[in-house]
Amino acid sequence: MRRWFKRSALPPPALSRSEPPWLFAVALATTLPHAFTQPFWLTAWAGLCWVWALILWRNDRRLPARWLLLPLALAGALAIRIEFGSFFGREPGVAVLVLFMALKLLEMRQRRDAVVVIMLGYFLLLTHYFEAQDIPTALWMLFALWLVSAALLRLHAGALAVRPVLAQSARLLAQALPLMLIFYLFFPRIPGPLWGLPQDAFSARTGLSESMAPGSIGQLVQNDAIAFRVRFDGPVPPKNRLYWRGPVLTAFDGQRWQSGPVTGGKPVIDAAGEDIAYEMTLEAHGQRWLLALDAPRQLPADARADARLTVLLARPLESRQRFRLSAALDYRFNEEETATSRALNLALPAGFNPRTVALAETWRNTRTPEQIVAAALTHFRTEAFYYTLQPPLLGRDSVDEFLFVSRRGFCEHYAAAFVVLMRAAGIPARVVTGYQGGEINPHDGFLVVRQSDAHAWAEVWLAGRGWVRVDPTAAVAPERIERGLASALPAGEPLPFFMRASNDWLRPLLQRWEALNNAWQQQVLGYDQLRQQALLQRLGLPGGWQTLAWLLAGLSTLGLVLLTTLLLYQKRRTPPEIRLLQHALRRTGVHCAPAESPLALAARLARENPETAQRLAPVIESFVLVRYAPDGREHLATLRAAVAALGRRRTP
Amino acid sequence: MQPGQVNTRTAGAQAYWRRFFPAAQPQLAPCALSRRTIYILPNRSGLLFAVVLLTLLIGAINYNLALGHALVFLLAALGLVSMVHAFRNLHGLTLAPQRATPVFAGDTAQFELAIDNPTSRPRYALRLWATPELPLEFALAAQHRQTLQVALPASRRGWLELPRVHLESRYPLGLFTAWSRPWPALRLLVYPRPNNHPLPAVSASYAATGPLPSAGDEDFSGLRERQPGDPLRHVDWKAEARNSGSGPLLIKEFSGGSANELLLDWAQTDPQLATEERLSILCGWVLQASQAQQRFALHLPGCALPAGSDESHRLRCLEALALFPA
Repeated sequence: MRRWFKRSALPPPALSRSEPPWLFAVALATTLPHAFTQPFWLTAWAGLCWVWALILWRNDRRLPARWLLLPLALAGALAIRIEFGSFFGREPGVAVLVLFMALKLLEMRQRRDAVVVIMLGYFLLLTHYFEAQDIPTALWMLFALWLVSAALLRLHAGALAVRPVLAQSARLLAQALPLMLIFYLFFPRIPGPLWGLPQDAFSARTGLSESMAPGSIGQLVQNDAIAFRVRFDGPVPPKNRLYWRGPVLTAFDGQRWQSGPVTGGKPVIDAAGEDIAYEMTLEAHGQRWLLALDAPRQLPADARADARLTVLLARPLESRQRFRLSAALDYRFNEEETATSRALNLALPAGFNPRTVALAETWRNTRTPEQIVAAALTHFRTEAFYYTLQPPLLGRDSVDEFLFVSRRGFCEHYAAAFVVLMRAAGIPARVVTGYQGGEINPHDGFLVVRQSDAHAWAEVWLAGRGWVRVDPTAAVAPERIERGLASALPAGEPLPFFMRASNDWLRPLLQRWEALNNAWQQQVLGYDQLRQQALLQRLGLPGGWQTLAWLLAGLSTLGLVLLTTLLLYQKRRTPPEIRLLQHALRRTGVHCAPAESPLALAARLARENPETAQRLAPVIESFVLVRYAPDGREHLATLRAAVAALGRRRTP
Repeated sequence: MQPGQVNTRTAGAQAYWRRFFPAAQPQLAPCALSRRTIYILPNRSGLLFAVVLLTLLIGAINYNLALGHALVFLLAALGLVSMVHAFRNLHGLTLAPQRATPVFAGDTAQFELAIDNPTSRPRYALRLWATPELPLEFALAAQHRQTLQVALPASRRGWLELPRVHLESRYPLGLFTAWSRPWPALRLLVYPRPNNHPLPAVSASYAATGPLPSAGDEDFSGLRERQPGDPLRHVDWKAEARNSGSGPLLIKEFSGGSANELLLDWAQTDPQLATEERLSILCGWVLQASQAQQRFALHLPGCALPAGSDESHRLRCLEALALFPA
């Protein structure tokens, strides 16, 4: 017993010649997915080390000396320091792991080194999930673990051929999967993070931003990525009423729209009709706002609505998350508005867009605010405006140029121009960005909203009615609101892949794939503390981590005991030669006495039934060979043939 | 507290102890490795693996990685499954003592053991040792039996008993070490380390004790049937040829001839030397004398072996030297 932990008196076991290829495979399987995301020089550097180690192994050459590896390691570390500015954090951490892995391949002398390679491989596997956690990544994890376990097996099972090692590794993995399922379901989940994460913990993400310039949304629309998914408790409202409210922009400097200062107290919503409840799974966008359906009513516990009715979280959303919300489609919003807020929403930069201001001035004194809104929309509708993703570049007076010269633009052009017109005419107005519409995936019933559904519209404040949504894009291209972007744009516009009509045949496939991904995200990746408690509730068990701990311990013990029993007490299989002989005897209708040896049987048959004896003679002869000859197994084929011949001869 | 109570309690505890840790004594019957006699614990790699898993789990929680959790759980499950496989790799094997041939002190003794795998699954990467410096690595095919030579350095003369042997396996992933310590009953004689002193002169040996009448190889005295151990050069081949090979082999017996008979006596060795040293010298003489096929007698304090020259005589002498009380 004491011996258990003592270091062996023998020199540490060296690696045999046939072992390194397994470790090369491990290194490749665990670093390859990083090759495309890490800096190019690092990929090249690691690849060179890998190839070098491979060549040394192939030619059975000695590994480089330590004094040669040390400067290599230092140079790599220095390069990482220069590239990332630090060794800590997510990306430099991954880079250091890749560096270690590549260097370790050049230092594989003992079994201990091989074990280090494998442990590094485990860490590298974990780092894949910073980038993606989708189904292919999970499959790659299984594949890589299969290889890694095979390598570990090869190191500890003696000299086995490739195929049995792979087969045994697959068997181990298959036996481990049920246990893993128990762990996954019942291991008490702790919501992270445990401590503050480094700044670069999350990579940059696409989505709306807190400012808008001509063309910024048009760029976003080129992206097929899913922004969020929604499941309504009741029926899905009509598409033209699905305005997903994001950041509201009030400050205009002539070029860009910015968020500006937020004034006023709690928003006041006067809703008519019943609230529409829904659950939203929002992809991480690294921002604080939610994209609530206009107008938001009930909010999640950790969110609040600011004075401009943007729903904000306490901290930026850095991982995909589910929220329960409700909305009122018919509402009145802030019928009373403070003077400061109205003033903010009337401000225009001096000296910009004189023609627009002049046009608005002509409306200002002759019409009521409602009439001014209608006049502006009529202007968009009757003049020759085009809805296009490829507007010409605009100069200093961007709104003037758009309204009177180019007349080509995307939603942000229309929204911005409309708001400038309203402000010049003395009506408080602002730009609202967000998403509009969405598409139902027929396979799971979720409404999928993509980046390509990004939209910008306007909101005007009318006395007695509060803030009213006006979508000038609807005046120019009503199809955009009714049916989506693809039908609103003229032919030949560069559309995102998912929207192209030529890809119609692919759409069902893609939808199916996305439904599968959604199920994966909702059921597997989204399995968190809340779902765990819900599962316990459904099983009729009390919640809390104690129940989970008991379940975990009980079920995994049960699983292990079951596995042990299955593995140890496998039914002993009758050896093939016995089965063949029994088969032959059955076929010829010969009865063999319990203690009769095959030769005694042959002798008895020769006396009693010479014809059958003759038929059975080759079977018994080869049976005796298989059973008792020193190289018995080699005669198995003969026996099999003899038994088979028995059947053939009897058929007439 | 009554002393009697304590006694019964200790006895109970001892019985309990013995139930789980069977009395340590060598076994003549094949030792079967069962769940009672197989131990299993994580080894260094296993502990490193556990530390790595813990680190990975903390990383997965901190960065909220669902697949990270899956990876950690799959690895943990793999570790547990590998524990069952490590145990299974030893379970059901039997180890039986075979035989062992005597050696000289300072040599390495080889104990022959038979290991049998009666099950239908092969066993991998087994290590067997009596002393960790001399391990034996082997694998066993399904339903296969193998004889193994377990080495143990023989440092002192006398009986050398095979200690508990250590049979271990790190199969399949090297995270757990499963081991068992069976104790097959097997012992061998260790003769004294031979010392290369020149043989004493024949006359000198006579001067010490005087002639010993015994069967020797000087004058032909008759024929007898051959027994195992008789030297072949004493076979009467001519008589054999006359019988044309049908009768038993006959041995020519000689008598007397004490002029060439050697006496190896404890008293001839230097009394200044230690007992072991003197035994070594005697052992060297015995070997040299039998190498030269010389008749010799061995006299030790409390033990006198009459002269002889055959193999059995040599073994008797060596045994007497090996077992000479220290």
